[in-house]
Amino acid sequence: MNIIEFRSITKKFGDFIANDKIDLIIKKGEIHCLLGENGAGKTTLMNNLFGLYNPEEGEIFLREKPCKIDNPHKAIELGLGMIHQHFMLIDRLTTTENIIAGEEPLKNGLVDMKKAREQVKQISDNYHLAVKTDEKIENISVGEQQRVEILKVLYRKAEILIFDEPTAVLTPQEVNDLFTTLKELKARGKTIIFITHKLEETMNISDRVTVLRKGKVIGTVNTCDTSPKELARMMVGREVLLNVNKEKCNIGDNVLEVKDLSLTGKHNNLLLKNINISIRKGEIVGIAGVSGNGQLELEECIAGLRKVTSGTIIMNGEDITHIPTGIRRKRGLSHIPSDRLKRGLVSSYDLAKNIILGNQDSFTKNGFLQKKDINEYCKKVMEKFDVRCQSLNDTVDNLSGGNQQKLVIGRELSTDPKFILAAQPTRGVDVGAIEFIHNNLLEMRKKNKAILLISAELEELLSLADRILVIYEGEIVSKKNKYTKEELGLLMAGKKVPKGKMKELEERLRND
Amino acid sequence: MIKIFKKHENFIYSLTAIVLAFLVGSVLIHLSGFSVIKAYSALFDGAFGNVFNLTQTFMNTIPLIFTGLAVAIGFKSGLFNIGGEGQMYLGAFATAIAAIYLNFLPGYILIPLVLIIGGLAGSIWSFLPGYLKAKTGAHEVVTTIMMNYIGILITSYLLLKYFKENSPIPQTVLIPESARLPELIEYSRLTWAIFIAIFVIIIIDIFFKRTKLGYKIQTVGENRSAAEYAGINSNKMMVLSMMISGFVAGLAGATIVMGVLHRFITNFSPGYGFTGIAVAVLGKNKPWGVLFAAFLFGALQTGGITMQLFAKIPMDLMVVIQGLVILFVAAPILIKKLLRK
Repeated sequence: MNIIEFRSITKKFGDFIANDKIDLIIKKGEIHCLLGENGAGKTTLMNNLFGLYNPEEGEIFLREKPCKIDNPHKAIELGLGMIHQHFMLIDRLTTTENIIAGEEPLKNGLVDMKKAREQVKQISDNYHLAVKTDEKIENISVGEQQRVEILKVLYRKAEILIFDEPTAVLTPQEVNDLFTTLKELKARGKTIIFITHKLEETMNISDRVTVLRKGKVIGTVNTCDTSPKELARMMVGREVLLNVNKEKCNIGDNVLEVKDLSLTGKHNNLLLKNINISIRKGEIVGIAGVSGNGQLELEECIAGLRKVTSGTIIMNGEDITHIPTGIRRKRGLSHIPSDRLKRGLVSSYDLAKNIILGNQDSFTKNGFLQKKDINEYCKKVMEKFDVRCQSLNDTVDNLSGGNQQKLVIGRELSTDPKFILAAQPTRGVDVGAIEFIHNNLLEMRKKNKAILLISAELEELLSLADRILVIYEGEIVSKKNKYTKEELGLLMAGKKVPKGKMKELEERLRND
Repeated sequence: MIKIFKKHENFIYSLTAIVLAFLVGSVLIHLSGFSVIKAYSALFDGAFGNVFNLTQTFMNTIPLIFTGLAVAIGFKSGLFNIGGEGQMYLGAFATAIAAIYLNFLPGYILIPLVLIIGGLAGSIWSFLPGYLKAKTGAHEVVTTIMMNYIGILITSYLLLKYFKENSPIPQTVLIPESARLPELIEYSRLTWAIFIAIFVIIIIDIFFKRTKLGYKIQTVGENRSAAEYAGINSNKMMVLSMMISGFVAGLAGATIVMGVLHRFITNFSPGYGFTGIAVAVLGKNKPWGVLFAAFLFGALQTGGITMQLFAKIPMDLMVVIQGLVILFVAAPILIKKLLRK
């Protein structure tokens, strides 16, 4: 049965067509991936379905009947449920309270917590979604928070579950758990729509894939009949090299040295513990780790955005531990921050104003900003780094995530830096842009720059880094030149690789 | 059409807010048992009816330009400077005292000199809240409000203790002729202060659009984390923007003393510093927007007095209309819905 059918759905925002005559069929009981670059219109399409937007044209058929969904309440009533990328949970309430909020079981006009707990427990047992029913959201892991979101939707008796980029925030192990859950849900007859831009996930979990590009459907294929290469081509519209070509590099002197760096938090807890890193000219050193294990703190310490508790940071032979950010930048630090919207860009500024962020001094004469120079420079950087926009006067919040990131990277790599601190450089960016960013980082390596790459993406680290250090709970737990993917995944999750397994993995490395 | 709308979006919203405020205001006037037509015609007449009334409107507009700008400047760095009133009192007091004691200087030196002294006095008064914010995180809204009380009372105290003229009225002696701003129209209170106000608008506009320092201050206001990432010292920028803000508020006091009162009198202000907040909100914190908003509020204040005198409609209704304007400006979604229909 076709549980959902989109017929010629068109959604416009002003002159911009976000969904262009979309035809799409979702079958009952399947896991259907919506694959596409950022800004391809995946989330817009789902928001049309969920009643958050009203499409200008076209019809949606639900269970083979035409259906007008104009608000989320109606969507929920019709058995739709959405698990958003950014969780919609209230930190200070317990898991049960979050799940029942808005649909509380009542007894004498008061919330019947006992019954609520029982109901939640029942659903969670039923679907093997383990959650602690009385724990506050702020005290549970991200993976568990996501399970709460799923329970919330199931509690409202959803038959069709929409997941918007659900793996973006999870550890590799949590991703596996999620996939088990998805299979479980499918086995119970639920229909799942899975929005993603990751090829590997699509291949792993889906029955069918629909690829969107620039608001249009490029095609729907059975997962078993396709390959990552073909999907990438459909997504980007050209051949994409999934593996980067890395040339041998000539490694030179130490550029950045971090010595015995420690950092304590507000409650005297150790955030970073005796970190030692050295990065030489012409090499990329990777820091692998699941988000929240001290990478952000390390990034901020090196950039001068946070005072270190003890230890030293040396750049080009100079102790910069107590030197402010602005001067570090002048001495050759470039920084691609992990959170581009919080740190890297001012979203209300236009492109030209963002391109001078951090190098505002070099574009000033007698205290006045040199508009002409800035615009010319901005144009050059945007051309070189393929930032697509309508005009230089566009504000940054009008750009797609990928273009925003290319703007940041373009800005940071154009200043002829000596040391590049690249934190999560491809977070939330699609394949086409990832390839581009990777090539640019390798280009910098070829130019003998020293690069510290902090990333949670295993593929990225394995293909780019010359050496990898694994960080877990603020400590470097392992450093080697080569890892297998499984080994890295286990180390990132804080697990020791078992002895027997180690041998097997090394064996495999040798055979590779 | 849509393009024109987009470009002047802010202006159209503000205008709609004003129209709505007058509509709702007319209902209130009617419900209070007064004639709406009589009320609004008295208001209009009082504000623009003849040259004298118009100059009165300008006289009320000028301090509002300065205090509105002051709030807008603070806001650029993300700070809410509610201390305009106190900073204005300090500015007025310092200008008056300096002008009286430096009466031997010729006008072309004395006028700019005492203007700057007035501005600096305002700066000193806003420095402290800025410094406390940067050093300790003390919220500027609380500290600037407290500095208002201190400022108003300390000038009164100093006046009564050391500088009062020999009469029962709590005021200084007149400042010398050479320190007074020339009148534009004889016997009116419209003086050269209007040019000073417009000059300051231009300077502030250029400062934020074109200079590096303006860029840095705005970056702190728009996104403090990004500013720190870019190596901008956000604490320093906050203190600086508070000081510039206080300087402009100080000019409000200086021009009142030099152009209108010709002396310092306790409690001289009908709340220009506070109305400045509303002016900045209506002007969307843009220098030229502030000019337009200050003129509206100046007209309401002037016209309101005529309305009370001749139509016997209480001045308070004007304050209600002022409040309604702000309410509608602060509720853009409401206006968006109305305009889209």
